[in-house]
Amino acid sequence: MSTAIATTAGDLRRLAGRALRHEARTPDALMVNIALPVIIMLLFVYVFGGAITTGSSGLAYVDFVVPAVLLMAGGYGAALTAVSISREMTGGMIDRFRTLPISGWVVPAGFVVASVVRSVVATAIALAVAIALGFRPSASLAEGALVLVLVFGYVLAVSAVAALWGLFVRSTQAAEAFSFMVIFFPYVSDGVVPAETMPGPLRGFAEHQPTTPIVEALRALLLDQPMGNAGWLSAIWLTAAVLISVPIAAVLFRRRTVR
Amino acid sequence: MHTDTEVAIHARGLTKSFGGTRVLAGVDLAVPTGSLLALLGPNGSGKTTTVRILTTLLAADSGTATVAGHDVAREPVAVRRAIGLTAQQATVDDLLTGRENLELFSGLYHVGRREARRRTAELLDRFGLGDAADRRVSTYSGGMRRRLDLAASMVAAPRILFLDEPTTGLDPRSRAELWTVIRELLASGTTILLTTQYLEEADQLAARIAVINGGRIVAEDAPDVLKRQIGSERLTLRLSSAADLSHAGAVLSAGGDGGLHLDAGRCELTLALQDPDHLRRALDLLHGAAIAVERVELRTPTLDDVFFELTAAA
Repeated sequence: MSTAIATTAGDLRRLAGRALRHEARTPDALMVNIALPVIIMLLFVYVFGGAITTGSSGLAYVDFVVPAVLLMAGGYGAALTAVSISREMTGGMIDRFRTLPISGWVVPAGFVVASVVRSVVATAIALAVAIALGFRPSASLAEGALVLVLVFGYVLAVSAVAALWGLFVRSTQAAEAFSFMVIFFPYVSDGVVPAETMPGPLRGFAEHQPTTPIVEALRALLLDQPMGNAGWLSAIWLTAAVLISVPIAAVLFRRRTVR
Repeated sequence: MHTDTEVAIHARGLTKSFGGTRVLAGVDLAVPTGSLLALLGPNGSGKTTTVRILTTLLAADSGTATVAGHDVAREPVAVRRAIGLTAQQATVDDLLTGRENLELFSGLYHVGRREARRRTAELLDRFGLGDAADRRVSTYSGGMRRRLDLAASMVAAPRILFLDEPTTGLDPRSRAELWTVIRELLASGTTILLTTQYLEEADQLAARIAVINGGRIVAEDAPDVLKRQIGSERLTLRLSSAADLSHAGAVLSAGGDGGLHLDAGRCELTLALQDPDHLRRALDLLHGAAIAVERVELRTPTLDDVFFELTAAA
């Protein structure tokens, strides 16, 4: 049994390595992946930043918005997993993989692993840009480690849902739509403007959608803000997203490769 | 009947429908170990579906198949260990180099890193890709890509190889190169099931040809027997009127020519020549009946003729 696990882990490593090679060899996509979060950061800090008040938090806008931009940066790359998987399922490679003595699910899982690696890096780049723009986190080493866990959890959850989406839709165009959904989600949260400034129903949505507690937890960890129950809510949202999407993705994968 | 040691691929009564459309209507095949069977048929005749069922990628609606002695439906993993597949769609990674592709597949067969490298180098060499090994596949020509695809199928040194239209879309030179590679594989003892739409390809490579049409095997025999059955050359005669056409048909039939094909629209009559003298006899018969022939054309049989002959005979 343990050798079977080691074998599968080796297969996963090989396929994730292949997916990461794809990243490195599509420089245009890589540039967008890195440039987009930087552009969004500049846009919010310099274009909108002067006109937006941060409400009751009392934070400087750059500090206020950085957690949301980190989620956009990581989420955008993670969401592209849907495109990679969709392309794989509609091309011929999947047939080759299916005639190999490997578990079929390792193929989409390889893309998820590569996506997590890539998205954590994209988030780190966005954070470095934020620091260059005047963002000054006050996190301790332990808080920094928790930030890493949270970012990791977020990109894993988005990648898992993206895998589900990529297996569900039948065209790469439809798969691409997922990236837009993910990148715009933080807009209608407490991340870009304070939710308290939004009209009733929108405010209700903004306060209860998953990126809000994640943004608040990141703020608490990075900027010594009150955590409240944001940490627990984030953990519940992210765990639920992974636990629900993985089995559904497995079913969809089986259905797509039905014999 | 055959035993599994003699027959590497054995299908009995395979059927498959997609959304009410019957694609396979009962396919029976037997490929003796170490031989090459060509599955010859036009687009949509069920070639790819047959290959997908035999390579465990698709389940048949009914019928059974064994590959390397293992049932494809019940023991897919055992079947996969024994086979290699070169599908119609490219199944190599464009963004990787040829070497990286083969090392990836070797790794996924769990052969160990050093062995994977050794085998990769050997395959690149054997398939004439040594010079292009470290270039990305996206820079390869169509023929090189097919050879890499074939090499990828040979990574685990399978005893049985499925080649689904391996030369479709290739230029004549690349096709000839691929044929050489396939002959070498055959000589080294690999059992091969090859699908093709080209009679010439089947003739060049196969010990036996199975002709598939409408999801059914309509003939299976040695290439020579099939060719003899369909005649060596086609004689097409154009006549001046529809009346002459039907008259000519009657005269030639009375003279012993079977398998006549009358095309009323073009006012043409086609028959299979049994021997060179057949041409003179046919023209003599028409001359004797005072039927003027406007044009005479001789050509080698095409797949269309094969189907016409086989479906007309059935």
